[in-house]
Amino acid sequence: MRKLWGAVLAGCLAMSMCSGVFAEEETTEAVSEAEDREVVYTPVDAADIKVGFIFVGDENEGYTEAHWNGAQEMMESLGLSDDQVIVKWNVPEDESCYDAAVDLADQGCNIIFANSFGHEDYMIQAAEEYPDIQFCHATGYQAASSGLDNMHNYFDNIYESRYVAGVVAGMKLNEMISDGTITEDTAKIGYVGAYPYAEVISGFTSFFLGVRSVCPSATMEVRYDNSWASFDLEKELAEALIADDCVLISQHADTTGAPTACEAAGVPVVGYNVSMLEVAPDVALTSASNNWGPYYTYAVDSVIHGYAIDTDWSKGYNDDAVCITELGSSVAEGTADAVAKAEDEIRSGKLHVFDTSTFTVGGQSLEDYLKDNSDANDQFGKYVFDGYFHESDVAAGFGSAPAFAIIIDGITVAE
Amino acid sequence: MADSASAAKSGGWMMSRRENISFWKAALIRIAAVALGLIVCAVVIVLLTGMNPIAVYGGIVSGAVGSTRRLWVTIRDTMFLLVIAIGLAPAFRMRFWNIGAEGQVLAGAVLTAAIMIHYGDTIPAWILFPVLFLTSAAAGAVWGMIPAFFKAHWGTNETLFTLMMNYVASQIVNYCIILWENPAGSNKVGTINRATKAGWLPKLFGSDYGWIVIIVMAFAVLMFFYLRRTKHGYEIAVVGESENTARYAGINVRKVIIRTMALSGAICGIAGFLIVAGSSHTISTSTAGGRGFTAIIVAWMSKFNTFWMLLVSFFLVFMQNGTIQIASQFNLSENIGDIITGILLFFIIGSDFFITYRLHRSAAEA
Repeated sequence: MRKLWGAVLAGCLAMSMCSGVFAEEETTEAVSEAEDREVVYTPVDAADIKVGFIFVGDENEGYTEAHWNGAQEMMESLGLSDDQVIVKWNVPEDESCYDAAVDLADQGCNIIFANSFGHEDYMIQAAEEYPDIQFCHATGYQAASSGLDNMHNYFDNIYESRYVAGVVAGMKLNEMISDGTITEDTAKIGYVGAYPYAEVISGFTSFFLGVRSVCPSATMEVRYDNSWASFDLEKELAEALIADDCVLISQHADTTGAPTACEAAGVPVVGYNVSMLEVAPDVALTSASNNWGPYYTYAVDSVIHGYAIDTDWSKGYNDDAVCITELGSSVAEGTADAVAKAEDEIRSGKLHVFDTSTFTVGGQSLEDYLKDNSDANDQFGKYVFDGYFHESDVAAGFGSAPAFAIIIDGITVAE
Repeated sequence: MADSASAAKSGGWMMSRRENISFWKAALIRIAAVALGLIVCAVVIVLLTGMNPIAVYGGIVSGAVGSTRRLWVTIRDTMFLLVIAIGLAPAFRMRFWNIGAEGQVLAGAVLTAAIMIHYGDTIPAWILFPVLFLTSAAAGAVWGMIPAFFKAHWGTNETLFTLMMNYVASQIVNYCIILWENPAGSNKVGTINRATKAGWLPKLFGSDYGWIVIIVMAFAVLMFFYLRRTKHGYEIAVVGESENTARYAGINVRKVIIRTMALSGAICGIAGFLIVAGSSHTISTSTAGGRGFTAIIVAWMSKFNTFWMLLVSFFLVFMQNGTIQIASQFNLSENIGDIITGILLFFIIGSDFFITYRLHRSAAEA
């Protein structure tokens, strides 16, 4: 029953989300890359490989649903059968994750993935115990420093799709300004954030920069609920933000709480992970989403061929690893074109999301701000060169986990 | 004779209180109840999912004890639930409604985490573990004694008071997480001393959880005799039956209440130490994980007999860990496990009626 639903959802999502145009390029690229890679482990027959997943939620929660869709895409493209994939659902961010990881190892998994930030320590603990099994952890940052060959971090350039989702939101604000619903000065966005650290801060900053690229007068208020997936808290926070004169809501939290509040209040909303059109058909504009299929395919394929898996992996639009979900009926006119333009510019490298000429910190450019603040410079200075902040830039030697944790001008954070 | 005197008529059936019942007869009634419960669950499974219930039960067994590691995880979780139930037993025996075990566990846990973080690398292990043991006991004892003190002196409602103390403990943990969080803003402490393993309970009998078993089983034996064979245990029982009687018999009721809650809290605090040092190696508001409430069911169902508690704890953990496997193996929601556990609990608790009472035809009346 559950699998059936998963398959149906995956199908719908695959159709609705990422355009298939680039899929072909992707395969040819993967093949040519594959030829260059060195075999370092004993290859595993595709028919014998076992893959374990540790998920913080289940398909009722958008973030895990996106991961499960990616897992199924991997199974399909590599021809894995259902019994070659073992999933542990609803694993909390505590020692249960260690129990789950070593249990998957006992069941003969060759590669094990975990998808929540708080799973990382337990994955490292398991990776130490099973040096022959590959452990991959999404959103984490400790793989490189752990010194373990079999521990890996992965993420995707979600800031790219958040930026594009921001463009969608900015277009909507412009429409509201031009039809007189709001004025330029009252174009305030409310943002429901999970936790006050880099992953979330980077996310809302990229979203905000996307908004600003089309609606320069926009401001944003961020509130945290200190939870990844709490429907009630997210709904309450969204209601509070709306009461505080926010005219558009976005979120970095995993449930449909905020869109539910927005549908009731008639406030436009940009979601995360999955399309929110089902719960907010009148007001959902789009959602920034991760497409985990490319990574899962890459990682499992690496084990099959005996290739080493990158310690840090993060890709974006160019590899179809991120996307925005289908546009709702309430988006402003011309949104599709603006989205296509932004996506093309990101793909071609013409547009850098964290371009330091597009924002200020404390009234200064980011470069000047870092010059004056040695603590911040120690933490972030190395990421800033060539006129932009190199977020998740693994090619430049940085980790896959987001690092941008600076509050830029125009954003206020409620403590 | 005594039966017919106290018999109540109920529609052709007579119900009478049993004078006594042999251990084996009681056990038989319970086994029959579990068997009936399993049959009802099987029907529910078929109706809800259309799956073969035997396969689902097989999945539960495999998930709970299907490999050496799973067996140890089940034993470990059983011990955690059991030690908290042991802690609760004297309080409930005294009819002191201690629903604050969560908070008492957290009090012990947070102090354990604090010492592991700040002194784990400087204090040698042979001093560190006794220190952790004693300080966590003290923290839990203080957390238990505060509501007891108010109850003993001013007759405050201990149910509300102990419940509120849970929230206070939870907020203290939240505060400490902010102090210790890694990385900043993530609201997570992460694994404490992952590199040095300082303050991690060492292996015993080749298992990470050996010490936990030894310590908890020692508590089980000691508590069994404490409640049944000591003057303290007797005083607890008398205060539980009637405070006035206790006073008349010259028992210092205040002293007994405070002393018993100190003991109850101390054992729960030690549970916090065992969870943090022995298994999770971190601290969060979910460190107690609802065990403080589940343990109330364990203590009551076992009528404060620590060996029955062992069985009940094992049963509950068995079901819980088993359902993790059926969720993974059959893609069933873990909630199906709650349904099965609920039905079985209904039958087990219901079987108490047949152990206490006897049903027979009212033929004698005709």
